[in-house]
Amino acid sequence: MKLKLALYWAASCGGCEIAQLMIGEKILKLAEVADIVFWPVAIDVKYKDVEAMPDKSIDCCLFNGAIRNSEQEHMAKMLREKSKVLISYGACASCGGIPGLGNLFNREKIFERVYFETPSTDNPQHVTPQPKTQVAEGKLTIPEFYDTVKSLPQTVDVDYFIPGCPPEERTTWLALEALIKGELPPKHTVISHSAKAVCDDCSRKKEAKKVKAFYRTHQIFTDPEKCLLEQGILCAGVATRGGCGAPCPKANMPCTGCYGPVEGAIDQGAHFLSAVASIIDSNEPEEIQKIIDNIPDPVGTFCRYSLPDSLLRRARI
Amino acid sequence: MKKITIDPITRLEGHGKIDIFLNDAGEVENSYFQVPELRGFEKFCEGRLAEDMPQITQRICGVCPEAHHMASTKTLDDLFHVDPPSAAKKLRELFYSAFYVTDHTTHFYILAGPDFVMGPDCPVAERNILGVIAKVGLELGGAVINTRMKNHHIIQMLGGRAVHPVFGLPGGVSKGLNEEERKEVEQIAKDSVEFAKLSLKVFDDIVLKNKAYVDMILSDAYTHRTYYMGLVDKNNKVNFYDGKVRVVDPEGKEFVKYAPRDYLDHVAEHVEPWTYVKMPYLKKIGWKGFVDGKDSGVFRATPLSRLNAADGMATPLAQAEYQRFYSTLGGKPVHQTLATHWARLVELLYAAEKLLELSRDPEITSTDIRTIPTAKPDEGVGIVEAPRGTLTHHYITDERGVIKKVNLIVATVNNAAPINMSIKKAAQALIKPGKEITEGLLNRIEMAWRPYDPCWACATHALGQAPTEVTIYDSRGQVVQRLSQNLH
Repeated sequence: MKLKLALYWAASCGGCEIAQLMIGEKILKLAEVADIVFWPVAIDVKYKDVEAMPDKSIDCCLFNGAIRNSEQEHMAKMLREKSKVLISYGACASCGGIPGLGNLFNREKIFERVYFETPSTDNPQHVTPQPKTQVAEGKLTIPEFYDTVKSLPQTVDVDYFIPGCPPEERTTWLALEALIKGELPPKHTVISHSAKAVCDDCSRKKEAKKVKAFYRTHQIFTDPEKCLLEQGILCAGVATRGGCGAPCPKANMPCTGCYGPVEGAIDQGAHFLSAVASIIDSNEPEEIQKIIDNIPDPVGTFCRYSLPDSLLRRARI
Repeated sequence: MKKITIDPITRLEGHGKIDIFLNDAGEVENSYFQVPELRGFEKFCEGRLAEDMPQITQRICGVCPEAHHMASTKTLDDLFHVDPPSAAKKLRELFYSAFYVTDHTTHFYILAGPDFVMGPDCPVAERNILGVIAKVGLELGGAVINTRMKNHHIIQMLGGRAVHPVFGLPGGVSKGLNEEERKEVEQIAKDSVEFAKLSLKVFDDIVLKNKAYVDMILSDAYTHRTYYMGLVDKNNKVNFYDGKVRVVDPEGKEFVKYAPRDYLDHVAEHVEPWTYVKMPYLKKIGWKGFVDGKDSGVFRATPLSRLNAADGMATPLAQAEYQRFYSTLGGKPVHQTLATHWARLVELLYAAEKLLELSRDPEITSTDIRTIPTAKPDEGVGIVEAPRGTLTHHYITDERGVIKKVNLIVATVNNAAPINMSIKKAAQALIKPGKEITEGLLNRIEMAWRPYDPCWACATHALGQAPTEVTIYDSRGQVVQRLSQNLH
């Protein structure tokens, strides 16, 4: 019997859907062994049809996107019930991703900025979107926007993780192949070609050099052969799971951490931070302070994709 | 009233929702297109590093990340007061042209194509890209896939990754082209020009030679007389990457032409409580509600708008098509929303020609691709034409280049009010008392908004189907009909 596969999106940008399509002609291989029973982006299977499915009748669900509103939370819970295996696909579902930076604020602050304060907005009545609105002709509803962004594993029990923003084609196929062959790894495995750091994938030369200064990407020209971190560029490769093939350092830009923490690390940001601290070439507190003064956005630098899932989780409200 | 239920569904399926209300007589009283999502980039970008913005803001849309990436990168040039080397500007435009080729190809063949090629009333099961390929032939189908793949390859070559590239920096770009890569780009560009010409021929054969389609394009149900917006170069030719924003009135006369920095004098946004999306309008005219005409500030920003707002195309083959477009449709401006599909193909040809021109530019393999900014950053505005409309980024930073304020007018958002209007008008024309509401009829309502290629279900460009629910209510608020449609 063919496998039953579901795919869903929550608070995300659509890049994960594009990433799923990047498997190209391999999609035919997938179609030989699996039927897609739910994929709102692609096929016309109704929500009610999914609700009517018996519990655990979907063999595997790939879920991308973070949980930012009531509709997304509802869908996460329902798909968990209906699916034997629930896979968190991509950085937003797994760790909160870029939308997770919303946890530095709350709903009120976000609405204030978007609907009142932005200079192009003309809203003297201070109207904000409401879950329910009575218009002349009837009632209109939209989902409730939450204060806090959550990752999928903070919402429901998750079986596996596929990392990346979005996952590279090879990573997606690694997971699908394991599924097709019925060779899924132990529960909670992060499915990637590497459990080690991006540095393992990166061809730039490392010389165990310490640095006297950190630079921002626009401030210097870098040597294309040498490790970016050892040139003072904050490259997250050292604290980020590999398997992606290090495409960003290859294009002369630092890794920003989208594949999440390396195996065994509890907090990607803390790991990155300690790696950065250890390469500072100074023991003088004043000098050290000066060196780290060129890191003006620690949260966005160290927890770019992982704030909801980090030890920090969110700003106090 | 008879209750017809084609397909019951709850609202939880999608990222878009349409409610249509009928009056006592059973005619369409009003309709609402709702966007149920917000992520709040305008707030959470505060505190971030300015130079990280091209990579952060492209997560607004994973289907057209290149548009945000480029608008953001240009904002950084302005913010850091740095002028990139000429080769860097050309590389950006080359990258951006390749992006346009992929994006317009996807929209025409996978999204819009099925309606015209297969016909609006053809069975749903065939009204998709597979049906299109079956009808136009595997050879053209293969060319569609190939064109998309090859142009994505150019994006990856320069940006490191095919989705969410890492290309743009204030003052330039992170990677250039060597001679071997340049040759590859040139070949892809040549093939893309041929592909665009072929696409225009397909449109001719299937659509323009079919009177029923032409009548539908020209019908009042799909027509709105609005203002039109688009970026133009110094000769008032369409430009995607750079220039000034030109707005023409419903008669086609220039209403205003403004530099990016002046956008706040010309565009404002209205808020409704029933949707998360704001409604931009021309500030000097004002928000007069969901109405068209010269007295309403509603404008459109689409491929058709860009052609209407410009005096022509900057490349020869596209210019010839531009002239044929207006002579066939009876002069400028064209108000028929469905003509947007044709306009998109004219732009596809322009993008391919521009790609070819840039790939042959002697400067394109230069290694002088970055200028390190030295001035203090403060404030910047950057505008590009995204495939779905004029895209504006505006940042204010402290003197370290840390973001203090962000404002974004995202491409599709420009068209939020017109999309609502187009749906209402088509629904009013098509839903009549006593007339059975068929799937084909509802598809014709969908066709009113498909030309805008809206990005709120943005991943759907790839496959062409965005799950959206249509609910029709009678005058007592009872549900007459509710169905889930893969509105594109």
